[in-house]
Amino acid sequence: MRLILHGRTVVPGVAEGEALVSHQTISGWGGIDPATGTIIERRHELCGQSFAGKILVFPGAKGSSGWSGFFQATRLMGTAPLGMLYTVTTTKVALGAVVTRVPTVTDLDRDPVKVINTGDWVRIDADHGIVEVVPAGAE
Amino acid sequence: MRLTDDEKAMLDGAEGPAVAAAMDLLVRYGEALDCERLCDVRNVAGTMTQPSPVKAKLVAEGGWDRAFAVINLDSDEDLEIPQMRVATCQLQQGFSGDAAGIVPYPEQFVRLQDDAEAFYGRKGVTILATCTPYQVGNLPVRGEHVAWMESSAVVYANSVLGARTNCEGTASTGAASLTGKIPCWGNHLTQNRYGTHLVDVRVPVRDFFDWGLLGYFVGELVEEARPVVVGDLAVPELEDLKHFGAAAASSGGVELYHIPGVTPEAPTVQAAFGPRPVPEAVPYGPRERRRTYEALNSQGQHTEVDFVLLGCPHASIEQVRRAAKALDGRRLNSGTQMWIMVPRALKAVADRSGYTEVIERAGARLFTDSCPAMSRAAPPGTKVFATDSAKQAHYLPAILGIEAWFGTLEDCVEAAVTGRWAGELRCD
Repeated sequence: MRLILHGRTVVPGVAEGEALVSHQTISGWGGIDPATGTIIERRHELCGQSFAGKILVFPGAKGSSGWSGFFQATRLMGTAPLGMLYTVTTTKVALGAVVTRVPTVTDLDRDPVKVINTGDWVRIDADHGIVEVVPAGAE
Repeated sequence: MRLTDDEKAMLDGAEGPAVAAAMDLLVRYGEALDCERLCDVRNVAGTMTQPSPVKAKLVAEGGWDRAFAVINLDSDEDLEIPQMRVATCQLQQGFSGDAAGIVPYPEQFVRLQDDAEAFYGRKGVTILATCTPYQVGNLPVRGEHVAWMESSAVVYANSVLGARTNCEGTASTGAASLTGKIPCWGNHLTQNRYGTHLVDVRVPVRDFFDWGLLGYFVGELVEEARPVVVGDLAVPELEDLKHFGAAAASSGGVELYHIPGVTPEAPTVQAAFGPRPVPEAVPYGPRERRRTYEALNSQGQHTEVDFVLLGCPHASIEQVRRAAKALDGRRLNSGTQMWIMVPRALKAVADRSGYTEVIERAGARLFTDSCPAMSRAAPPGTKVFATDSAKQAHYLPAILGIEAWFGTLEDCVEAAVTGRWAGELRCD
C-alpha cells in the first residue's frame, strides 16, 4: 500500500502531513488569500479550501509574476503549506517554493498529482528527494 | 551551481551582508530550477514600493531596510540596503495622491508609498511606477539578458524587443538589483526561445480589440508554450502587441511569442522554429474568434454599467489621444465613472497636449501608478464594469467580485456616456 517516489530537491528539509491535491495549476496573485491560506479563484476545483498545514500537491503555477510574493506572504502570516510537491517547473513555482521555505520535491518518477489523493499521509524527505505516501485508510 | 569567482566573493560577503543575502537567494533559486549558472544583467524591473499589510508591519518594525530584506531578498538578517548595483526600476504600485478623494484606497497606504519612493529613490531605484516600463524609456536591446517581473512586460521584452528574461518575482528581482545576476535558465537560453505552436489567423486582425481577442485565444491554446502567429494580420502598432501579449499571459502563461516578419527573432516562419520542424497550424477563424469573445464576456449579465476602465496595461499616449477624441464634446452618464490608467510620465504629455482637459470635461479621469486590480479599488458600489482590456476583464471579476464586459474603445465610451453596455461582436 505504501508508495515511494523519488525526485529532485527543490527546497531541502523534512515534513509530513495530510495531502491536499489540486489537479489544476494554482494562481498566486488573484488566486490565493495569504491571510487564510485559502484558494479563492472562483472556478478552481479547490476554491474555498485552505492549504495551511497540508502537503500541497499540484501540477504547477500559473498567472501573474506575483506568485512567489503571495506564497512568501503565507509564510509570514503563518498559513503556509507544510511542504510542496509539484509536476512542472517554472520560475514562478521554483522561486515560490524557495521563499515559502518548506520542503519541496519535483521531477518525481511518477506524477504526484496522479498517484496521491487528498487525505493521504505524505512524508517528504527533501534532503534525499524521497517521498513516502500512505493512502488514506491504509494500515 | 557553478559560481564564478566574483559570484563566490559576493556570496562570502566581500561586498557586504546585503549583497551576500542576495547571492544566497539566487543560489537557492538557481538550485530549485536545476540551473547550472547565473548570467549578468544590467536592467532590473521589480517591485518594492507597493504597500501591503505585511509590508506596513515590517516597516513599522525595522524601516524600509527590514522590508527590503524580508520581501525582496527573503532574508531574516538585519541588513542595511546599499545602492542598487545595476539600473533598477519600480513597476506599477498602489494609487498615489492624484487619486485621493476619488479612488477608495487607504490614505495610509498613499503615505507609506510616498515614504517608500523617497527611500528607494535614494538607493537608486527609478520610480517609473508603470507596468509598461518600455513605454517610458526602459528599452533593453535585442539579446540583452534582463531580470523583469510583471507578466505583460516580460512577454513584451522577450517577444517585441528580443531581450531575454524569465517571469521573475519580487525576491529574484530584488536580489538581481544588488548583484546584477539572475539564473541563466529558460528564456535566457537560445534553445528555449524557438516556437512550439503555429497559429494561422484566418479572420482579419486589424485593431487593438482584435489583437486582444487573438492573444486571449492563443494563451488558452498554448498555456506556457511559445506560439508563432501567421495569417491575416495587419502590421501591429505598439499598443496592439502590448494588448496581445498581456492577454496571452492572462489566459495562459505566455512569456515569448513570434510573429514572422514583425518580431525580431522571427524573420521567417522557419526561423521562428529554429532547428525544429514547423508544426501543423491551428486555425483562428470566425468560430474561434466568436468563442473567445463569448468567453471574455461570460462574466457579464447586467447591462447597467457603473464603471469603465481603460489603460490595462497602462495606456500609451496614442490611446489617451484616441480616448480624448472619442469623449470630446460628450458627457458621462451620472451613475458611471471612467478611469484611464496611464504612466505618470505620459500623463505629463497628456496634460501638455490638452488631452487631459478634454477627458476631464467629459467627466472621465486619468490616473497613474496603479490599476483597480493591483490596488483592489473601483468606484464605490461598482457591480458591473466594462473595459477594452482582455487582461483586466480576466482578472478583475475574481479580485473585486464584479461583472465584466469586454469590447472596443467605442463600446466602452458608449457605455460610459449612456450607462448601458451595448457592445457586440461585429463582422464575423
